[in-house]
Amino acid sequence: MNDDVPVILEMKSITKEFPGVRALDDVTMTVRRGEIHAICGENGAGKSTLMKVLSGVHPHGSYEGTIVYDGQEVSFANIRASEKAGIAIIHQELALIPELSVTENLFIGGNEVASRGVIDWIAARQRAIELLEHVGLDVDPDTAIKNLGVGQQQLIEIAKALAKDVQLLILDEPTSALNEEDAAHLLGILRQLRSRGLTSIMISHKLNEIAAIADSITIIRDGKTVETLSVAEGSVTEDRMIRGMVGRTLESRFPHHTPNIGETFFEVRDWVVEHPQSPGRLVAKNSSFYVRRGEIVGFAGLMGAGRTELARSIFGRSYGVWRGGQIFIDGEEVSIPSVPSAIAHGISYVPEDRKTLGLNLLDTIKATIVSAGIGRISKRGVIDEQAEIAASEQYRKAMRIKAGSIDVGVSTLSGGNQQKVVLSKWMFTEPRLAILDEPTRGIDVGAKYEIYGLINELADQGKGVVMISSELPELLGVCDRIYTVFEGQITGEAETKDWTPETLMRQMTDTATTDTNPTTNVTR
Amino acid sequence: MKAIQQVLGGNLRQYGMFVALILLILFFQVVSHGVMLTPANAQNIINGYSYVLILAIGMLFVIITGQIDLAPGSVAAVVGICVALSILNWHFPWWAGVLFGLLVGIAIGCWQGSWLAFVGVPGFITTLAGQILFRGLYLHIGKAASIPVPEQIRYIGNGFLPEWGPRTGFNNSTLLLGLVAIAAVVTLELRRRGRTVRSGGTPAPVWALVARLVVMAVALGYLTYLFGSGRYGTSFPVTGCILVVLVLVYNFIARRTTIGRGVYAVGGNRAAAALTGVNTKKVYFLAMANMSFLAAVASIMFIGRSTSTGPGDGIGWELDAIAAVFIGGAAVSGGVGTVFGSLIGGLFMAVLNSGMYLVGVGSDWSQIIRGLVLLVAVAFDLYNKTQGRPSITAAILRGLRIKGRGETKEAELPRAEVTQS
Repeated sequence: MNDDVPVILEMKSITKEFPGVRALDDVTMTVRRGEIHAICGENGAGKSTLMKVLSGVHPHGSYEGTIVYDGQEVSFANIRASEKAGIAIIHQELALIPELSVTENLFIGGNEVASRGVIDWIAARQRAIELLEHVGLDVDPDTAIKNLGVGQQQLIEIAKALAKDVQLLILDEPTSALNEEDAAHLLGILRQLRSRGLTSIMISHKLNEIAAIADSITIIRDGKTVETLSVAEGSVTEDRMIRGMVGRTLESRFPHHTPNIGETFFEVRDWVVEHPQSPGRLVAKNSSFYVRRGEIVGFAGLMGAGRTELARSIFGRSYGVWRGGQIFIDGEEVSIPSVPSAIAHGISYVPEDRKTLGLNLLDTIKATIVSAGIGRISKRGVIDEQAEIAASEQYRKAMRIKAGSIDVGVSTLSGGNQQKVVLSKWMFTEPRLAILDEPTRGIDVGAKYEIYGLINELADQGKGVVMISSELPELLGVCDRIYTVFEGQITGEAETKDWTPETLMRQMTDTATTDTNPTTNVTR
Repeated sequence: MKAIQQVLGGNLRQYGMFVALILLILFFQVVSHGVMLTPANAQNIINGYSYVLILAIGMLFVIITGQIDLAPGSVAAVVGICVALSILNWHFPWWAGVLFGLLVGIAIGCWQGSWLAFVGVPGFITTLAGQILFRGLYLHIGKAASIPVPEQIRYIGNGFLPEWGPRTGFNNSTLLLGLVAIAAVVTLELRRRGRTVRSGGTPAPVWALVARLVVMAVALGYLTYLFGSGRYGTSFPVTGCILVVLVLVYNFIARRTTIGRGVYAVGGNRAAAALTGVNTKKVYFLAMANMSFLAAVASIMFIGRSTSTGPGDGIGWELDAIAAVFIGGAAVSGGVGTVFGSLIGGLFMAVLNSGMYLVGVGSDWSQIIRGLVLLVAVAFDLYNKTQGRPSITAAILRGLRIKGRGETKEAELPRAEVTQS
């Protein structure tokens, strides 16, 4: 971006402290009008905190430093004040009301279509149609939000910001919940809005997206600004960004591992699962696969392809309605109708969403680690407290969980450490088959490396590991064999050495046309 | 602060309410010119409020699962009338009447638990329906009549332990109970310490252990004196004995059993609990069934104390129990709460009620004050949680701590808000 383009936002020497931790330390950032400015950094680096300072979630006075916006020094007392100035923030968790229509959601706050608190719904509907056009969304403005996909909802959020006459749009991980196609569409819309003069700040972990779309990149590490990179599109490589984020070049993102693979011990044949709410819709269609001892098996697929649904259905039928299929363990057919039965058969499942499915955030590390294998430390329903302490201490050390003690609440841990606690919880059940659903989602590069190491250790102990992931480099770097899943069907299977990102993507989308669209072609 | 924690053990959050309870007792002791802490008044409080405290234990488990039970008052009314009528009309012996009442309570609990656990009707609705339904059933069975209950049941609700042995100037039963309690506390503490040492843990320093034992022994000794030094023939009440047993049993269930863990797990995160292998339906069912069982126990104690059933039995009981649980630190969203917390919350309301009665506050003002206390207690609790502080007292004491010494563990860890960037 050219130096003589006017500056819209300058954050100078921002320092923000929380009790016991300095989240931001002298952070400086300059955003020029009409650019897409990416902020990247590891988890916990301070990206979201910086945006909260900007949008008034952390009010003026609770931080040090100055913010100059549109030529004036500003001091937002709350999020409403920043909205009034034309700054809108779209969070990872969408703030739409599912039961209301698109129009209602767009104008719930009133804005220009309201006079003295009364909303003119006819004008609102007209305006809604225009806004939907701006964000390239072809839906009826009377549709209820709950009937839209996540990608469409994300666009509605942007339309909502546009309705408020936004000057500066902040997007926190806008594509993290989207599939490749929706993500590409969203990025396209952002480009269009840029050409109309809208300034955006985007936080993202997806470095390929940043490389593709951003004009400038500010890299934050440990609460400090590392550098600001200015890019002509595509010239900043991902390795360059990673070097800035972690302070070193990651020679290898994956630990070296020599597999020691035994015979097949776990096999699923012709597994059929029906969606729990819409009868007749199959989320797994005659899926068959097998896992060998000491083997790490990958499942590649887009979000919504049915990978999680298949895994959870096998894990004690905890998702959907089982409509057929068999499970064989050591060649014998077994029936696994419930989660306790799955645990008893040596199957464990680490869910993709730690906070909603993996953890009770009110619990301590100690209580979490023993929770799935509670029978191992209790007799006739009474828990042996000493055994509980001993077991959780053992895992805290073995898994290198960084915490003051095992009595610390899991909610205070970082994402990577929470994931280690969840892994410990399942390792404590001594499974033979560990199903890991997106085990590295939302955790930083350093912690990812550690998790990969732990996965390798599991395989070395002779366990079978199933790893579900959306990140192709991760699957190619860790797994011994990979299945691809598309719309509930297993569409391909091969040893890892026989896959390339391109062939994987082709099987995952079940089309040969993806290569023509550069944004959906994940090559790293 | 750390020293106090080492002596008292447990977690800091409970102390706020505990200290408030002690202060409240002392306040009324002064205002009532010493009537609050007389044996007769202490016995009255226990006899008059044990049933609420027992309901609070049941309500605690329901609330930890994230549900609520609005029916225990009506359930108690039905149980009361069933006990009285079975003895009067069917000529059941008193103990068979009691057993019958408990079974009726359990049956009603299973009914409510089934709707919640297996049909999936939310607890609020199930038990609102139950409140109306069982009030109706009570009226149908009892025709709002006052039916007297036999002597033995009156003893359960209003009796005292026997006098025996040499004249010590105290009630010897109470004295014995007190000594047993002190011995039990000392033994348990020493055994726990032994186990900790054997499993390689670091026990609290010896001075802390001794101080802890002394504090507990003095407290138990005082209670023994308070309850045992009353008029001849009075003692620590029978209702109090039932309460103590139930508190100990349910505290054990909550802290040391797998089903107790299941209750906390379901309330903390139901979906995660299900994927961890917790039988969530069983947990809901048992929590509901147990509540009605304890409502039956409370009912039998209550009709014993009032010597007969009556049309007002059970009205508003659930609300007293719910108030006790929330004052005791439980969370509306579930997953949080302790048996001792609820006990303290219930005692706080009991002392407040009784104290206001002693100093002649009318029932109008008494209600207004109780309502405000509930509101303020929970508001303070919420405020402290959002501030990330364990409790008011802890906050005050933290301010007094000498700087640079003994940082707490919580402060060393970044708060959740910071780590999720």
